[in-house]
Amino acid sequence: MKTTGRLLIVDDNKVNRILLSRGVEHDGHSVETAENGRQALEMLKRGAYDLVLLDIEMPELNGYQVLEACLQDNELRNIPIIMTSSLDEIDSVVKCVELGAEDYLNKPVNPILLRARVNASLEKKRLRDEQRKFIRTFATKEVADELLKTGFSLGGKFVNASVMFADIRSFTTITESRSPAEIIDMLNDYYALMFDAITGNGGSVNQMIGDGLMAIFGAPVHYEDHCRRAVNAALEMLELLDGLNQNRAAQDKPQIKIGIGIASGQVVAGFTGTQHRATYTCVGDTVNLASRIEVYTKEALHPLLIDNYTREGLSDDIKVKDLGVVNFKGKNQAIKIFAVL
Amino acid sequence: MSVIDKTTFEELKQMSGEDFINEIIDAFLDDAPAMFTNMQLALDNQDVESFRRNAHSLKSNANTFGATELGALAKELEQMGRENNLNIGNRLELLKDAYQKVAEELKGMRA
Repeated sequence: MKTTGRLLIVDDNKVNRILLSRGVEHDGHSVETAENGRQALEMLKRGAYDLVLLDIEMPELNGYQVLEACLQDNELRNIPIIMTSSLDEIDSVVKCVELGAEDYLNKPVNPILLRARVNASLEKKRLRDEQRKFIRTFATKEVADELLKTGFSLGGKFVNASVMFADIRSFTTITESRSPAEIIDMLNDYYALMFDAITGNGGSVNQMIGDGLMAIFGAPVHYEDHCRRAVNAALEMLELLDGLNQNRAAQDKPQIKIGIGIASGQVVAGFTGTQHRATYTCVGDTVNLASRIEVYTKEALHPLLIDNYTREGLSDDIKVKDLGVVNFKGKNQAIKIFAVL
Repeated sequence: MSVIDKTTFEELKQMSGEDFINEIIDAFLDDAPAMFTNMQLALDNQDVESFRRNAHSLKSNANTFGATELGALAKELEQMGRENNLNIGNRLELLKDAYQKVAEELKGMRA
């Protein structure tokens, strides 16, 4: 399906406005026009546009000034701008593209090129919007709030938290002889459900690698009952996965099995990254242990395993089975492991 | 002799569609007199910026319709404006003459 959008065409020349409008209305886009830069900026601040076709030579504010104003505005900077100009303004066009314009078109405009560039820009914007939305789900509301409150102090601290690792079993086998589109669809279904269970219980997913994920409960927002939250999230994950598997069985698709490991204790938590890109992360023994426990689910033949510290944080209504002590690689002492039933 | 390049005009007609070619011709014929007035005003006020911009608009429209000679004259004036040179001699009169011929021909080309 083609992406249609709401376009603003800015040109002081009526003939150009008509021509450009007719050229894109063909493809089902809705079009509004502005006669100069000042009017364009006012309209942009009022309405939600998907794309701007911007003339350079204009009275009031020229295209160059409009472009600069948009790029400096947190809301408007995400709207792609295609500069429209005559061939002999090539220097100005280069300047605009360097500044951050999405693309350019020469006038008199070629109708095929016009529609191709408009549709390509809209499609790119759609993908960027989706990505932004995705990142917002990834960085939970709590993390975003914490970020806003503390500013960007990237310093770390010791916190008590529960760390969860989850991984799809025999992912290679499941995906064998499946089309790439089907594999990605499956991963997206899977992640959507797992995220729901985790964020619904106050946890935040802070790493996704292929078919695996890592989540933290109790940080950055402290919860006294982080062990219970983590285990509840894990139980919900298994339940949701059951539902997904029933659907998949009906469609003759292979079942998805996962292993979940949870360990609790002290972790070093903080924002890592730069001013532009940062993620909240945890490191330390507890994190390594959770990862080892998750791997151990294959051997133990239980999908959900926890350490003793996590078990101590649970109320009696959650039934567990003592699996005895396990010697994990890299651990000096044996760890008591429990299966959640 | 024709002052409109037929190939360019046919392309324009195809792009806009038969229905809209009249609308576009009318838009140009409506707007052009104001461009000339503005250029004269800019000359009187020695407003280089306005002179250049109006010459630019006229050039842009002339090229759209394939009015090659009008486009070239307008471009020359735009360039003089860019160079802060308003000693244009009789070029504005030449431009008006060229426009009159273009306007007549365009009126005859309305669908």
